[in-house]
Amino acid sequence: MKTIKELEEIRKKTLDVVNQRKDRTTTRIVVGMATCGIAAGARPVLLAIMDEVSKLGLSDVIVAQTGCIGLCRLEPIVEVIRPGEEKVTYIKMTPDKARRIVKEHVVEGKVVDEYVMHVVDGKVLNDYSVQND
Amino acid sequence: MRELSLHIMDIIENSISAKATLICLEIIEDKNSDILKIIIKDNGCGIDEKDIEKVKDPFVTSRKTRKVGLGIPLFEAACLRCEGRLDIKSAKDKGTEIEAVMKYSHIDRAPLGRIEDTIMSVLLYPQVDILYKHIVNEKEFNFDSREIKKVIGEDLTLPDILQWIKQYIKEGIDEIGGGVY
Repeated sequence: MKTIKELEEIRKKTLDVVNQRKDRTTTRIVVGMATCGIAAGARPVLLAIMDEVSKLGLSDVIVAQTGCIGLCRLEPIVEVIRPGEEKVTYIKMTPDKARRIVKEHVVEGKVVDEYVMHVVDGKVLNDYSVQND
Repeated sequence: MRELSLHIMDIIENSISAKATLICLEIIEDKNSDILKIIIKDNGCGIDEKDIEKVKDPFVTSRKTRKVGLGIPLFEAACLRCEGRLDIKSAKDKGTEIEAVMKYSHIDRAPLGRIEDTIMSVLLYPQVDILYKHIVNEKEFNFDSREIKKVIGEDLTLPDILQWIKQYIKEGIDEIGGGVY
């Protein structure tokens, strides 16, 4: 059974991390969590991201949620915003794809091109990911 | 939605958009009278009296990105197909209360699913507290994120802490035999 004592130990352990988070510029990972996102499977994606962040011990990453981005057919959508870089929008996410993004984009800084939303002449070309699914 | 916990999450997202800071979630599994009841109460900005009947209409939404809002209509449909109902009470600037009732044993009733995942994702919003009460017949489990904040401080969004909370809630629900189906 989980006890409050355990919680206090976690607190001691994470105290430094909290301070670090305040000082440093952090990467934000944002998951779309409106009705469309939830129905398309955004919750497992969010949990996979949090799990991966915790597994890799990343302290300078914030996982957050947002509402509808307006591209419901492309949900689940994940946005990665690294400090000083342009926002990257990933579409049609799954837990496995999301884990790859944490490993390759958030940690190593390499954008995972095949999952990125492609916009040409103002139109979203989302067929790209269908071929690769 | 495949799980009722996803509907709950969707409704709570509405609460958060309405600037709620405290969300009370109550789940009552009353197997004796064959009723499943879910109550979600918030202290957000509330809904105008003239709009309260309209929110069940899928073509009404406060959002600007598109013209349909399906959260409440979907949840209501899930209730109605299990001989249940969905009631909304709201007071401007005081908050909103949604009560969903379903026949517990109805063949079309979706399982409750992973409530702990829903609560964990809500706690990613640092400004939001959640009070969760789960009753199965005469047994009860309570969780209050404000109690956790007393021990650990205001920031619950660290992965280690959220994992602990998730396990804690999971064990609590298992202990009272909740959410099995």
